[in-house]
Amino acid sequence: MHDPAGSVTGLLGPSGSGKTTLMRAVVGVQVVKSGSISVLGEPAGSAPLRRKVGYLTQAPSVYADLTVRENARYFAALYGYDAATAERAIADVGLAKAARQLVATLSGGQRSRASLACAIMGEPELLVLDEPTVGQDPVLRDELWKQFHDLAGRGATILVSSHVMDEAGRCERLLLIREGALIADDTPAAVRERAGTDDLDEAFLRLIKAQEVAPA
Amino acid sequence: MSPRILGATIVRILRQLLHDPRTIGMLVVVPALLLALLYFMYDDQPMVFDRVALVMLGVFPFVIMFLVTSIAMLRERTTGTLERLLTTPLGKLDLLFGYGIAFGLAAAVQASVAAALAYWLFGLDTAGSTWLVILIAVVNAVLGVALGLFCSAFARTEFQAVQFMPVVAVPQILLCGLFVAREQMAGWLEAISNVLPLSYAVEALQQVGANANPTATLWRDLGIVAGCVVVALILAAATLRRRTA
Ligand SMILES: Nc1ncnc2c1ncn2[C@@H]1O[C@H](COP(=O)(O)OP(=O)(O)O)[C@@H](O)[C@H]1O
Ligand SMILES: [Mg+2]
Repeated sequence: MHDPAGSVTGLLGPSGSGKTTLMRAVVGVQVVKSGSISVLGEPAGSAPLRRKVGYLTQAPSVYADLTVRENARYFAALYGYDAATAERAIADVGLAKAARQLVATLSGGQRSRASLACAIMGEPELLVLDEPTVGQDPVLRDELWKQFHDLAGRGATILVSSHVMDEAGRCERLLLIREGALIADDTPAAVRERAGTDDLDEAFLRLIKAQEVAPA
Repeated sequence: MSPRILGATIVRILRQLLHDPRTIGMLVVVPALLLALLYFMYDDQPMVFDRVALVMLGVFPFVIMFLVTSIAMLRERTTGTLERLLTTPLGKLDLLFGYGIAFGLAAAVQASVAAALAYWLFGLDTAGSTWLVILIAVVNAVLGVALGLFCSAFARTEFQAVQFMPVVAVPQILLCGLFVAREQMAGWLEAISNVLPLSYAVEALQQVGANANPTATLWRDLGIVAGCVVVALILAAATLRRRTA
């Protein structure tokens, strides 16, 4: 697949369809049975690539026994960024007020955002976000999506997974997967057109049914 | 390995420890209480106290750091932070040395407090220097860390991780020469004790107990323990897989 630089690509599919597995393969932590993956011209998971890739795991992967700030500073240091960059990432995910709080004491949604802050640290070239907006309220969700587009506007390539179709319309490009197989790879408009409906939820259902009738 | 990443990792691990004052309290207080227990047990046998307390000063840090590290590393694996770290520029050795150095520093504090109490409060008497005792204790602690990093790869749960303590630590304590002098053991037991690193650590401590100046045997033993640390770290690095199913 080819995600053009400076765009947001949505990876959509029902729960269990293989979104997380695909994303883990892209960041190079998944044992891949067949095929090879190269990302930004380098093999997935190679050392030069790891400097350029930010990854948000589906379950928050920050240290519960550290504060938000301590977590952010640690991840900033791993990528070679200073404390100011860490503070900016914390503010970007709306956790400035909770910066001194232990992650263990945060709400579920705040904890995911703490994890997100560590992923967007220093504006990586490729950002792989596994269900970043789950558990966030609509206002925050809207703000996060605006930020993803801002980051893309500054040249980042963003791959976002979601299983809620109303988020699909916010992507420049959609990958629909089901049971580990890609069933559509297009712009939201083209997907709507192909399925003959304006509702992306409905469009996805139709594409699945069409595939069941005539397996590719 | 990168000094920046290693440094940040050491600081991060120490910060985690600092957020857990109860653990710090136990790290410092428990060895002191056990020394007090030994002191009263051997109330009328100061020679036996000297022999046992000296060995205990080296054994505590080994056992405690083995346990603490197994659990800490298991948490990194089960909470997903390990996988996350492996997608960053962090190298495996940054993480392994980070644990070794951070917990080594914690052990230095622990061993210093325990040694200070043993010498000043409980009247421990050794021919050699207290500093050597602390040095051996710290090397032992780092051995515990290295073995803990390795063993954590074979545990899926914390229940399993603590079970490695009796497997890894207890036989070494039984065979290290504290209970029965190693030369007096059955040949096959002595042979086993000869390949267990703690035996050399205890021999080094006994050398400090008996000799005013550091002996060649002491340095050889410390070298052997340090070599075991390196081997355990290499094995631990081999268990750290970037790609998992
Ligand atoms: N390409 C694939 N081929 C075979 N099995 C897959 C593939 N992708 C995912 N799986 C399996 O499907 C299951 C669910 O995958 P996961 O990536 O967690 O789904 P999602 O994140 O979409 O909910 C896992 O057990 C995974 O091993
Ligand atoms: Mg998933």
